[in-house]
Amino acid sequence: MPTTLSRRAAVAGRWLGAVALTYLGLLAVTFFIGRVIPVDPVLAIVGDRAPEHVIERVREELGLNEPLPVQFAVYVGKALQGDFGTSVLTSQPVWLDILKTFPATFELATCGILIGAGLGIPLGVWAAVRQGGWADHVVRVVGLIGYSVPVFWLGLMGLVLFYARLDWVAGPGRIDVAYEYTVTRVTGLLLLDAAMAGEWEAFGNVISHLILPASLLGYFSLAYISRMTRSFMLSELSQEYVVAARAKGLSEARIVWRHALRNAAVPLTTVVALSYAGLLEGSVLTETVFSWPGLGLYITNSLQNADMNAVLGGTIVVGTVFVGLNLLSDLLYRMLDPRTREAL
Amino acid sequence: MSSKLVFTRRALSMAALSTLAAVAVSTVPAHAATPKDTLVIAAAFDDIISLDPAEAFELSAGELMGNGYERLIRYDVDDPSKLVGDLAKSWDLSADGRTYTFELKPGLRFASGNALTAEDVVYSLQRAVLLDKTPAFILTQFGLNKANVAQKVRQTGPLTLTIETDRVYAPSLFYNCLTANVAGVVDKKLVMSKEVNGDMGYNWLKTNFAGSGPLRIRDWRANEIVVLERNDNYYGDKSKLARVIYRHVKEAATQRLLLEKGDVDVARNLSPQDIEALASNANVRMATTLKGYLTYFSLNQKHPILSKPEVREAMKWLVDYDALGRTLLKNIAVVHQNFLPVGLLGASTEKPYKLDVAKAKALLAKAGHPDGFKVTIDMRTIQPIQGVTEAIQQTFKQAGIQLEILPGDGKQTLTKYRARNHDIYIGSWGADYWDPHTNADTFARNPDNADNAKSKPLAWRNGWDIPEMTKKSDAAAMERDGAKRAKMYQEIQAEFRNTSPFVILYQWATVTAMRSNVDGLKVGPTSDGTFLFKVSKR
Amino acid sequence: MTAWRDWLLTERPQSRRQAALGRAYAVWRVFARNRLAVAGLLIVLALVVMAFTAHLIAPYGPTDGVLDQRLQPPSAAHWFGTDDQGRDIFSRILHGAGITLTVVVMVAVLAAPIGLLVGTVSGYAGGRIDAVLMRLTDIFLAFPRLILALAFVAALGPGIENAVIAIAITSWPPYARIARAETLTIRRAEYIEAVRLMGAGPWRIIWRHVMPLCLSSMIVRVTLDMAGIILTAAGLGFLGLGAQPPLPEWGAMIANGRQFVLDQWWVAAAPGAAIFLVSLAFNLLGDGLRDALDPKANR
Repeated sequence: MPTTLSRRAAVAGRWLGAVALTYLGLLAVTFFIGRVIPVDPVLAIVGDRAPEHVIERVREELGLNEPLPVQFAVYVGKALQGDFGTSVLTSQPVWLDILKTFPATFELATCGILIGAGLGIPLGVWAAVRQGGWADHVVRVVGLIGYSVPVFWLGLMGLVLFYARLDWVAGPGRIDVAYEYTVTRVTGLLLLDAAMAGEWEAFGNVISHLILPASLLGYFSLAYISRMTRSFMLSELSQEYVVAARAKGLSEARIVWRHALRNAAVPLTTVVALSYAGLLEGSVLTETVFSWPGLGLYITNSLQNADMNAVLGGTIVVGTVFVGLNLLSDLLYRMLDPRTREAL
Repeated sequence: MSSKLVFTRRALSMAALSTLAAVAVSTVPAHAATPKDTLVIAAAFDDIISLDPAEAFELSAGELMGNGYERLIRYDVDDPSKLVGDLAKSWDLSADGRTYTFELKPGLRFASGNALTAEDVVYSLQRAVLLDKTPAFILTQFGLNKANVAQKVRQTGPLTLTIETDRVYAPSLFYNCLTANVAGVVDKKLVMSKEVNGDMGYNWLKTNFAGSGPLRIRDWRANEIVVLERNDNYYGDKSKLARVIYRHVKEAATQRLLLEKGDVDVARNLSPQDIEALASNANVRMATTLKGYLTYFSLNQKHPILSKPEVREAMKWLVDYDALGRTLLKNIAVVHQNFLPVGLLGASTEKPYKLDVAKAKALLAKAGHPDGFKVTIDMRTIQPIQGVTEAIQQTFKQAGIQLEILPGDGKQTLTKYRARNHDIYIGSWGADYWDPHTNADTFARNPDNADNAKSKPLAWRNGWDIPEMTKKSDAAAMERDGAKRAKMYQEIQAEFRNTSPFVILYQWATVTAMRSNVDGLKVGPTSDGTFLFKVSKR
Repeated sequence: MTAWRDWLLTERPQSRRQAALGRAYAVWRVFARNRLAVAGLLIVLALVVMAFTAHLIAPYGPTDGVLDQRLQPPSAAHWFGTDDQGRDIFSRILHGAGITLTVVVMVAVLAAPIGLLVGTVSGYAGGRIDAVLMRLTDIFLAFPRLILALAFVAALGPGIENAVIAIAITSWPPYARIARAETLTIRRAEYIEAVRLMGAGPWRIIWRHVMPLCLSSMIVRVTLDMAGIILTAAGLGFLGLGAQPPLPEWGAMIANGRQFVLDQWWVAAAPGAAIFLVSLAFNLLGDGLRDALDPKANR
């Protein structure tokens, strides 16, 4: 009879193996993509004017003349030692670049999902409870607008209205130029850094910069989250146990929040996790409109210049985020719904 | 069954959230305009990859080099045909036309405080040749290479040096090349102290500063911000501003909003629509500069139809230059039909071509294609290139030519072009240094048309085999008489207009929008000609 | 007429076919009672008709433009104004209806079934199969979407067909994840047990019983995604991939109208409104279908 400890260890071991395989798969596919893209990576480094011999020399230096599997093995070997290569575009080690750009996206996406889920779930519940009524339709249309309107349009309109005309929020960028050197970047999360340094004026400034893009992202995830919440709630509310609970005299509020939502929470965690992951992946267009130096811009720029070290590094980060979120939602499943506990 | 009670909690939490938000926002102080002693510029500078003058060659980096690093001579921004001594007090050319001598001004210092002598100048030039990065060709084209640079570039005294070329070149060509960023002088002592494994400080200087210019580069965070600071060790008039900050803003509309609000003082990449809209804004001023950049489309001569001379000419009659100039290019470009941009010695302003569908059809019929043909064009999806290409697609249609647009991102289309895999390519080219040879070298010279040629100028990329014109361009590069040189380039341009597979469309004119309290900002024709140290704010 | 109705709705159908047709008719009746859903259906049909008759109703050709007429505001001559090449926007919208609808439907038709299949099989089978399929899904999910789409389009070349494939390939993983989540919840239900006891094999169970239950949330997700797909195509258009100019694909039109948003708002507004309308229509349709197909709904 295997002890609990060895069973737990086996589970952990399987999980680690799965994660490692995912990473390897990610890296391999990215590598392959790098070769399939019809862009010459040397171009980004030397530019269009370089004489032929400079191009050849740089190609040698980068090891681009080696066969593909060799290049891959070299990369993986170095990565395991913590060396993720240097970005050709920024001349910095890739891990340093990521350390700078990821917190920006993380801060934005987290605020975004807080708004999106914080508003989206209650709105979805409301729409489900008032199914068919005007509230249901309003929520639907409001959500749909957020989903079918181009990001850049909404972002620019937001800037024009709230920044240019009304002066309620600060403009593009993460922080005003005036505070540029007052906040030392420790974590890269400006809210945290400003708070730790006690720079409350800068803190307020950062919030002012964050509010508009975070609301934008929040609005987009709100559309999806509220719809899915409505859908799951509707399935739950049509179950027999709800009828039974009502017959037993439980208040409607208790039924909705304590029981139906609790059950709907199971698939809802996937939905929220997916939304969060989507936001973290870095909305390139939002970052473009708001001049937000985040991961999305970094990865896209690198991809367009075939800066594969940077792309690979970005992929690893995004991959890690997904693995983490998957793990989180799997754990939440098992906490919330005993029926799923046999899954592993 | 009332569901009203369901929402007491929700209503409460909503109220709580919105109050928090309101409180947070209201604690934000009203944003201040930019500080008086700081110039804030909104620009897109994701093209910077290095701050080392021996390596930096793109537009944005060029501007930083122009303000941070000095060289022996510069050209006068108001009259580019005149040369002005930067670090050099005087210069001279030997009788045989091959040895140039320079004498430096005394008492010069770097931003670091170290003295600037001929040793640093010699070191910098040798370093550029030895590192052999992309812009090194500007110097090595005079016969300098790793083996001989130590002898050819020599220090002859504490403040004097000589440079020896392998042949006689037009002196204007040589001096113009020395005004380029690659000839920027770096602080030998500082750079060597950061040397690792004999790299001549290359890995350090990529992201650091070792110059003597009026503004030193304090910070570069890629795709985010660049900070320049006044250099108090500068020999000339110190910068009026204490700092210049570049904010990376990619979107033109965002730049415009920032400028209108006063959160930036200057916006560099506005679109024609933004320019029109801001014309009526009392707080904003515009300044236009003709740049040394051209946009053209070219026909691959390896294509069976496009290589026919009648077809080449027909294409030139199938572009509505005037309409383009009136509409898509208004304010941001000037129609131009020669390979030398206006401002360079010998540049021609002849514009013989206009939209003439009948003529084009007759030419096509003569070439055996009276009903037109199908062909593709590789296009970058940026404006105004995309708009211009779509307009050309329309005019081509009138003569029966079906143009299929293959959109791509910049590096994609470039990779295809360099491999000669295109039918038609639409792109741009800019002067590397302010001398006609820079463009003649690439448009009108093709020393070797083979697939594995050692040099691949634009003429090569289109498979245009021109042994005669190559000789003429070489001769023009070596002509010592200025007036004669100009005349030679006029002839080459005339022949080029008639026979080349290049259809030159327009020359760029950048518009810089600035707040009306900004004085002294003038954007130069080359990237290093924008002198921020002359700017002040009222 | 009543004879048909009685035949369809009889409680004792004589053949399989009659039963199936009867069920379909019953679903239609529930659907038809939902006025909004019917409105959605009508809009979609109108769009389809527009797509086919564009060349008849459009006042101008979609690619004919006069440069000097560019960026005109809406007027009698040009109902939605002109774009930056001087082309009539209204005509372009009409001609683009077909292209855009095709893109959206193709992506949905490619991505949703794959996701549904992978998700349900994975959730039901559990064990090794679940692990392998989820690994595969995770790899695709963990990929920054843009990279995958960019890579495929870059490799396959520009063009709307390749953009469709690229978008579809990046769209199926979320469907799989959701389907798996629902399957995990369903698979221990009693009626599944009952069917299994009756001797149904796993494929039959998945196909006949599990999938229909997942269908409703699938439909909601897919209909919500319609607008997102068009906008993803627009996003690819920003980066130089996707529809080739001068194709009047709505996403490409929005991408183009981006530079004029502040002053010539109509260039992006018309395709934007059109996309919103399509999104709304499909969404209403999807909701109506979901309510009608729900086996537990009251008839």
